Amino acid sequence: MAPKTMFEKMWDSHVVSDEPGKPSLLYVDLHLVHEITSAQAFDGLRMNHRTVRRPDKTVVVADHNVPTKDRDKPLEDEIAKTQLDALAQNTSEFGLNYFDMFSEKQGIVHVIGPEQGWTRPGMIIVCGDSHTSTHGAMGAMAFGIGTSEVEHVLATQCIWQAKPKTMEIRVEGTLAPGVTAKDVALGIVGKIGTSGGIGHAIEYTGSVFRDMSMEGRMTVCNLSIEAGARSGMVAPDEKTYEYLKGREQCPTGADWDAAVEEWKKLPTDEGAKFDTLLEIPASDIVPFVTWGTNPGQVAPITGRVPKPEDYENSQDQFAVEKALKYMGLQGGERIQDIMIDTIFVGSCTNSRIEDLRAAAAVVKGKQKAPSVRALIVPGSWLVKQQAEKEGLDKIFLDAGMEWRDAGCSMCLAMNPDRLAPGERSASTSNRNFEGRQGPGGRTHLVSPAMAAAAAIAGHFVDIRDWS
Amino acid sequence: MEAFKQHTGKVVPYDMPNVDTDQIIPARFLKKIDRVGFGELLFNDVRYNADGSPKEDFVLNQEKYAGGSVLVSGPQFGIGSSREHAPWAIQQYGFKVVIAPSFGDIFRSNCFQNGLLPVQLSERDVQTLIARAQELSDYQVTVDLETQEVHDSVGFSAKFEVDSFRRDCLLRGLDDIGLTLEKISAIDAFEKAHA
Ligand code: SF4
Repeated sequence: MAPKTMFEKMWDSHVVSDEPGKPSLLYVDLHLVHEITSAQAFDGLRMNHRTVRRPDKTVVVADHNVPTKDRDKPLEDEIAKTQLDALAQNTSEFGLNYFDMFSEKQGIVHVIGPEQGWTRPGMIIVCGDSHTSTHGAMGAMAFGIGTSEVEHVLATQCIWQAKPKTMEIRVEGTLAPGVTAKDVALGIVGKIGTSGGIGHAIEYTGSVFRDMSMEGRMTVCNLSIEAGARSGMVAPDEKTYEYLKGREQCPTGADWDAAVEEWKKLPTDEGAKFDTLLEIPASDIVPFVTWGTNPGQVAPITGRVPKPEDYENSQDQFAVEKALKYMGLQGGERIQDIMIDTIFVGSCTNSRIEDLRAAAAVVKGKQKAPSVRALIVPGSWLVKQQAEKEGLDKIFLDAGMEWRDAGCSMCLAMNPDRLAPGERSASTSNRNFEGRQGPGGRTHLVSPAMAAAAAIAGHFVDIRDWS
Repeated sequence: MEAFKQHTGKVVPYDMPNVDTDQIIPARFLKKIDRVGFGELLFNDVRYNADGSPKEDFVLNQEKYAGGSVLVSGPQFGIGSSREHAPWAIQQYGFKVVIAPSFGDIFRSNCFQNGLLPVQLSERDVQTLIARAQELSDYQVTVDLETQEVHDSVGFSAKFEVDSFRRDCLLRGLDDIGLTLEKISAIDAFEKAHA
């Protein structure tokens, strides 16, 4: 048999129907649902007298607009309340697994999937959310869909997909101390741009990803969408199995052993071809900071904000000029001289236990700069509990930072956590688009350790020099 | 879904690269649970001042482009969040077609799901359309899905590629779920084989 990529193996094993000239109909193993992109889909089902085909393969959670404090008080935001009420009503009407904001298992949809073992190798996973790519870290094929497609998957457990091309991103070598998975991801988006991955499914290979923790792999896969790719994946290995073993939704005993045997067949065969290969040496990866209004606009922490005249083509010059104007930057300033008002450690990119540990290690025994607001938002209740068991909450609180409940929070500012116009943040999230963290807010994307250090110094600092 | 065969309408040029879905419709407007009322919110933060008054220089607020139904914009239109509210907002404003040199993947599929036609033309052709729309008054183009062609009445004509399956669905106004349910026995068989 011809050698196959991991992507091709997963694709081929999920085809329900294939006709020439058409997209393929693929079977979906896990459908994750949240409040923002589902209400109109449930309405569609109701209107057409349809049911949910596989409630057992559907998991619903409230995460995007839930408040991250004072949950015991009535919701102030009437419209958010309506949306959450609709979700509760829909899940009970259609008989679905639902974690509301009071559930011990609630959290950001892309954090709780792997955490509870819903996400497993070899699965096709979809969710009405672009960062579904996160789940690819478990060796799954996972991608975001729109609301009409959510309705389609609810009704049929299948999805029409045109086969993407494959791209291998290989990073060999060893990351320097202080350089994290987030920097690898920002380095990749910086290199190939926000359109570099359009139409592709990425597989991340090389020693850097093999050596990376599962949390780190999730961070990298999460940002695949920022490079334009719908999905990103890492081959499952012993680390994957160790991470998953014993998680609530995972098989046990002989079923577990059988599952692992199957998963071991997933990795890309020797000699299989990708449509595109990108190689980046690990030594090119340094702590990165975004300076503009898309995640491809990155600079090394030791660098400077670019000026429009640094670029040749007039479209790039225009884009840079526009980004600088929005960001309130002149161009040419040292990244380390940029003063910040707020830090946000959270989001499905960087809110797992390892991220909180990295931030806490930097903060321990120090105080945040007086003018800085610091929001630490764990990705799930389980992460929060674990962090509290380790005393991380104390470290943050003692430093003058806020310790919140789980949710998307300031990643997209649908709940009360948001930037004021002109306010500048160092954020561990994934998008620095105009207005993403609140209208007029200015976002710089960084790793958790870099965000924590910025909170203490009041400006960006090179985490490699931190003591 | 309404069928789409051909459309002639006024061009609205939004000469901007990387128009992400957060810009098309900011997240704070995604809390509604129905599918209507998004048209007024299209491009909200660049379209209105903080007090709600329209920003004069924004293209949708210019008298010249009132009633436009063909949106023409820069590369990577619709990147970012998967929110289908983005095509809803564009469509509910009155657009039938979006023309750009490239599109975000999820946005493109969302457009097809709603009968909004995303047309990919070369960067040069897009710039031509933008320039003509800015210079001429009431500049219109015709977008023909059957012949896969965009043309105007002053000599512009360009072919475009479109996935043949998506084209077929749009031409016939077919909804995906109905189509899939015709395959129900294949789905049953798949589930049985993988149980
Ligand atoms: S944390 Fe941000 S990116 Fe992740 S699911 Fe929530 S809103 Fe989307």
